[in-house]
Amino acid sequence: MKEIIVKGTLEELENVQEFLEQHLVYEQCSLKTIFQLNIAVEEIYVNIAKYAYYPNEGEVTIRYKIEEEPTTIVIEFLDNGKPFNPLVVENPNVSMKADVRAIGGLGILLVKKNMDQVEYKYDNGQNVLTLKKIIM
Amino acid sequence: MTISKVQEGDRLIIELEGQLDTLTAPVLEQEIGSISIEIKSLVFNFKYLDYISSSGLRVILVFQKLMNKQGGMVIQNVNEMIMDIFETTGFVDILTIE
Repeated sequence: MKEIIVKGTLEELENVQEFLEQHLVYEQCSLKTIFQLNIAVEEIYVNIAKYAYYPNEGEVTIRYKIEEEPTTIVIEFLDNGKPFNPLVVENPNVSMKADVRAIGGLGILLVKKNMDQVEYKYDNGQNVLTLKKIIM
Repeated sequence: MTISKVQEGDRLIIELEGQLDTLTAPVLEQEIGSISIEIKSLVFNFKYLDYISSSGLRVILVFQKLMNKQGGMVIQNVNEMIMDIFETTGFVDILTIE
């Protein structure tokens, strides 16, 4: 399992995405798969960067591995911030008109739609969020 | 992300190139201030935009709400992957996509 540890700021998003993209290109993922993983990774990382340690800052660990049969990309996000399960946020009503529409919740919706599996657990004082996407 | 603008009378064309994400969305949001009341038609050209996240959607919605009040807005040349995002989030029903 490969990992990167970043200071959990928004600016580190680029480094997180670059770290993962290097591996995804190596795995010969399609552009569409890379796009979908980038979306999910951004939404989850930004959520952690904004809220996990607020109003302080803290580290976030991102781990990456491949599981076989079927070939699946597994990405884990770990932080020591406040216990928070982003998956219990209610899905937004996506059929409302622009003028009345609330904006929250779209990020998590995009994560769920673009990944095959999303799991959360609070383990040993850590938030652990796992994304899985089958690539073959 | 690169933002280019061309104004023709009461029509403003904004072309985006690159990624509209959490880091670049605030840059686009600042452009809202440059849309004068004379602008009746706003065109977003997404031909060279290859990525959008929820932060980007949020800013697009801000432009749509403004243009609902003073005219209209269309988005052109949306790639297949960004169209998927618009469909998943119901933005296809809010936006006018050509």
